[in-house]
Amino acid sequence: MVSVADYGQYETAWCPGCGDFAILKAVKKALAESGIAPHEVLFVSGVGQAAKAPHYLNCNLFNGLHGRALPVATGAKLANPGLKVICESGEGCTYGEGGNHFLAALRRNIGVTLLVHDNQVYGLTKGQASPTSDEGFVTKAQPGGALSAPFNPVAIAVAMRASFVARGFAGSIDHLTELITKAMAHEGLALVDILQPCVSFNKVNTFAWYTKRCYEIPADHDPGDREAAMKLAEEWGERIPIGVIYEDDRPSLESRIPTLSAGPLVGRKVDAKALALAMEKYA
Amino acid sequence: MHGEMHDELNVLIGGEAGQGLVTTGQILTRSLVRSGFLVVATQGYHSRIRGGHNTFAIRAGRKKLRAPRESVDVLVALNDETVALHRGELVPEGIVVADESFAPDSAIKVPYKELASARNVNVAALGVTSAILGLEGGIVRGALEDQFGKKGAEVAAKNAEVLARGFDWFASSGEKGRPLAPVVDKMDDDKVDDGRPRRLMLNGNEAIAFGAISAGARFCAFYPMTPSTSIPLALAAHAGELGFVVEQAEDEIAAINMALGASFAGAPGLVATSGGGFALMTEGVSLAAMTETPIVIVVSQRPGPATGLPTRTEQADLELVLHAGHGEFPRAVFTPGTVEQCFHLTRKAFELAERVQGPVFVLTDQFLADSYRAVDPLDVETLDAVGVPDEGVELKAPYERYRLTESGVSPRLMPGRSGHLVVADSDEHDEAGHITEDLSIRKLMVEKRLKKGRILEAEVLAPEFSGDDRPDILLVSWGSTQGSGVEAAEAVRARGKSAATLHFPQIWPLVPDAFLPHLRDAGEVVAVEGNATGQFARLLRRETGFGIEKRILRYDGLPMTPEYIVRGLESLGCV
Repeated sequence: MVSVADYGQYETAWCPGCGDFAILKAVKKALAESGIAPHEVLFVSGVGQAAKAPHYLNCNLFNGLHGRALPVATGAKLANPGLKVICESGEGCTYGEGGNHFLAALRRNIGVTLLVHDNQVYGLTKGQASPTSDEGFVTKAQPGGALSAPFNPVAIAVAMRASFVARGFAGSIDHLTELITKAMAHEGLALVDILQPCVSFNKVNTFAWYTKRCYEIPADHDPGDREAAMKLAEEWGERIPIGVIYEDDRPSLESRIPTLSAGPLVGRKVDAKALALAMEKYA
Repeated sequence: MHGEMHDELNVLIGGEAGQGLVTTGQILTRSLVRSGFLVVATQGYHSRIRGGHNTFAIRAGRKKLRAPRESVDVLVALNDETVALHRGELVPEGIVVADESFAPDSAIKVPYKELASARNVNVAALGVTSAILGLEGGIVRGALEDQFGKKGAEVAAKNAEVLARGFDWFASSGEKGRPLAPVVDKMDDDKVDDGRPRRLMLNGNEAIAFGAISAGARFCAFYPMTPSTSIPLALAAHAGELGFVVEQAEDEIAAINMALGASFAGAPGLVATSGGGFALMTEGVSLAAMTETPIVIVVSQRPGPATGLPTRTEQADLELVLHAGHGEFPRAVFTPGTVEQCFHLTRKAFELAERVQGPVFVLTDQFLADSYRAVDPLDVETLDAVGVPDEGVELKAPYERYRLTESGVSPRLMPGRSGHLVVADSDEHDEAGHITEDLSIRKLMVEKRLKKGRILEAEVLAPEFSGDDRPDILLVSWGSTQGSGVEAAEAVRARGKSAATLHFPQIWPLVPDAFLPHLRDAGEVVAVEGNATGQFARLLRRETGFGIEKRILRYDGLPMTPEYIVRGLESLGCV
């Protein structure tokens, strides 16, 4: 039996009122409810306020470079497919600096739960536009308003047939907990893009702004229906759907590598005889 | 029909990409190795798939050969451009072997259209050339069947027919051959007592791949880049039977981060790339050092800057590899000079990477990567898996990944392998692995990481001195120029001066006590490097105060040869 208390309680470096607190709560609840003990899970994060989240619960953790959490998570999962691997970082890390790795992870369908704290701004570096900032978002770096169209992670994920695509909101903790629980149980790449306010640097997409617009996807949506999923994925603005958008049963990368069916790469002994035989072919 | 026997011959096969030149070169090389000869193969090619001018040179003989030779004994020209480009390299008794339609007067004129279709001319040329060298038809046929075996029995048989026609044509042509003097006791030489084959035909990259596996490596992530790609390809070819995973990454940044993730989880890993790809990996080098995660990084050099000459050779990334990765931390850089060293130093790299929990480099180049040699079997069954993490460590909770210790090395656990929690961080961190802004901890961690350098210093491989003590001329080299240096020293001795070589199979760390006496005892010290700025000579001065003013440098994309060194010594007035 795993309880939320097993995950500990730690002082954070977040601003009071930050959406990260709610997400952290939901993650701990989801882990406990899934019966996953701290030593059984590996969190991999990048750099940013969101990327600090795994430091605030008991777990194995590799807090790596900005944008580079997914490749580390991929390598770890291939080395030991039995590990529960969760990637947790902000949207700047995941869709900006790490954009190429996001696309590659979707292609691979690597068995990683990808939790993205999406506050539509770069908080830790004090307020530049992020990949998901809406056009016209004004910052010191974009004083005339952001000119690039925002990146739509859920639509890209649906287009790439990711095995699980969901959007959540830090203001709906129970709903979010359920999404994270489902994501962790799903084989392959499971994305939960989590909308949250940044109280310090985003005065547009506030808690109230999201609350007014987010609505739970109705129960009659079939996540296996890709066309319907794409429609939901492209819905943004006055109405923002949250919930499970798409599900696919594409096999994970690690399940398709024959070598790994014999067990993890970790802890194997070198088969010197097999190596000698392989080398003899070069004679 | 046969001329006098030759102790060694240099065969140069030239043609366009797409003519099957590499196939011919590989089968001929394998035939020579199976016949008991030693070889040094040198591949030259353009950055294209069809057309251009490619070469495959094989220097073969029964005595120890260490380097390429510039002069050519047998020029096998698959197109007329080859004749024009290389005729001037022929020795006085040398011959051209070419199609009768463009062969010069003195050449062996082969009617290829009678022997083969356009697609198999390369195999007919193989037959003719093998016959010229006096090789046994059965051995060449066996090598050909092994090469074509993957394409099916029918294809192999068809090509074997063409091969035989090449042999037969030469036998009946009345032309004089250039037979290699057979290896004494060849038949006994072929097999050791237990019936297993004698020598292996391996190039530098294949040796690195096998060295990695023998050390316990399990994972490689890569982005294709000449001249490193054949390392992951060799690993992928054997991945199934040897329990290895190779993943092609979306870019080099992903490659190094993936390998670090695998290593962190407990699967020893490597990446292989060239200068431009390594440039992308440099933040990852810093990450390996900060998180104290073992990794072996193979950089196979080619001429830069930027895209440079993608398929040629150079030794100009020494300074890059020595300094890449922001921040301060220890590293080791191995620079193998032979194919055997590629194997053994890669093993050493894995051993040290695990021991000091950080990045260790193997620096090679296109020439050595592609250079086939006849290698004595490496006795892998007697070698330990030196790079595998020790999971037998018993530790008390709470586990601290970065516990401060006397040596600087903290006991390393892997996530999910015990009840302990393993926390690693690219931020500065406390002993438990969590982010810290405490500057006194910061100072301790800097010192902890740097202290590990002492282990690398204690394990450093001394440079190899060979030749006359207190020589008139001392050649200082590193990496793939080793063989050319040794042969150049022999040539100097033949001219009446004493000579020696000091070759560095590891250029960092440097332990001056191990080699300064050699530098001081020599009459003249000459640095031999494949770059334009004398990077190693400058490193030596920086670290020891000993300046090497005389330098023989090559940066035209071609490998260093003994002849180039001797010409350089002449220009310097040393001989």
